Amino acid sequence: MTAPADARGSPISRLDDTQGVDSESKETGPGFFTYLALGVGLGIIFTKAEVISWFRIQEMFRFDSFHMYGIIGSAVAVAALSLFLIKKMRLTTVAGDEIQIPPKAFGRWASQYWIGGTFFGFGWALLGACPGPIFALIGNGFSVFILALASSVFGTWFYGLVRPHLPHD
Amino acid sequence: MNAFLDVIWRPWPWYVAGPLIGMMVPLLLLLGGKQFGISSNLRHICAAILPTRLEFFKYDWKKTGLWNLTFALGIVLGGFLASMTVDPDVVINISEATKSDLRALGISDFTGLAPKEIFSWSGLAGLPGFVLVIGGGFLVGFGTRYAGGCTSGHAISGLANMQLASLLAVVGFFVGGLTVTFFVLPLIL
Repeated sequence: MTAPADARGSPISRLDDTQGVDSESKETGPGFFTYLALGVGLGIIFTKAEVISWFRIQEMFRFDSFHMYGIIGSAVAVAALSLFLIKKMRLTTVAGDEIQIPPKAFGRWASQYWIGGTFFGFGWALLGACPGPIFALIGNGFSVFILALASSVFGTWFYGLVRPHLPHD
Repeated sequence: MNAFLDVIWRPWPWYVAGPLIGMMVPLLLLLGGKQFGISSNLRHICAAILPTRLEFFKYDWKKTGLWNLTFALGIVLGGFLASMTVDPDVVINISEATKSDLRALGISDFTGLAPKEIFSWSGLAGLPGFVLVIGGGFLVGFGTRYAGGCTSGHAISGLANMQLASLLAVVGFFVGGLTVTFFVLPLIL
């Protein structure tokens, strides 16, 4: 990614501000119940496969079982094969729109990915849950995870606050 | 019939759950042109409810994120539905090696999805509960937005799309996770 010459002086203006924000929705997209149903499916899978268990995440970080690696690995394999077929067959969305997957912005050091990722790793091992499982745990009646969600929202807000002072390239 | 009952009542093996999670990527793309990633919701919640003048949260969260917030609401609902098939005092079938490591750290109650002495309202008053729930939550929210994605956005969507950035992020996830597991948890548990 080469920055436009006029933006070179200011690192922040070079940042991709849409990074992490979902692509804009079209009026013709599917409705509320489609996304709700997919989410319900994922919440059930997360719970039944014990992905939401702090114990399972500890087991993963101690390399004592294949369970979590099998889940993430086979999910990546199925997703990668699907993306290959979508590109190969030039599939469109059901509404007929072109499917675009923008590549991740990549600066000289790609520092946001490994520094941010390391902070995320600290949190993942402490809490034993990443954002998807936080939502599933709340559904499971683990009410203390409402506080974990609030704290993670605050963490994201804090990132927005200090973002101009953090390395991103 | 027995196989059907097993699916309802027993935990699912990795080779069932993993491919189903992976299918979320093409389903979201084909149905709505959306990319699978859950942590953006934390940013949408900031944009929606926190009164802020920060540039990072000035965007039309309804237009970009309402679908994803709906998806997250579905995950809560799915968790609720599945919880009816899981005993609250279930003992997760983790390896004996992990159990003995955790016992050495002082964890004695292995019932439920997470250690109840830490992940409970009474546990929050203690140092481990506060650090794991509040500190862990904060770091998850801070780190995922800094890295531009979480396990779903980077480890699954990003790796499947062969993004080097996502591989770096996942390496970071493990550097952080291993550091906490082997050096920080022994200090605070």
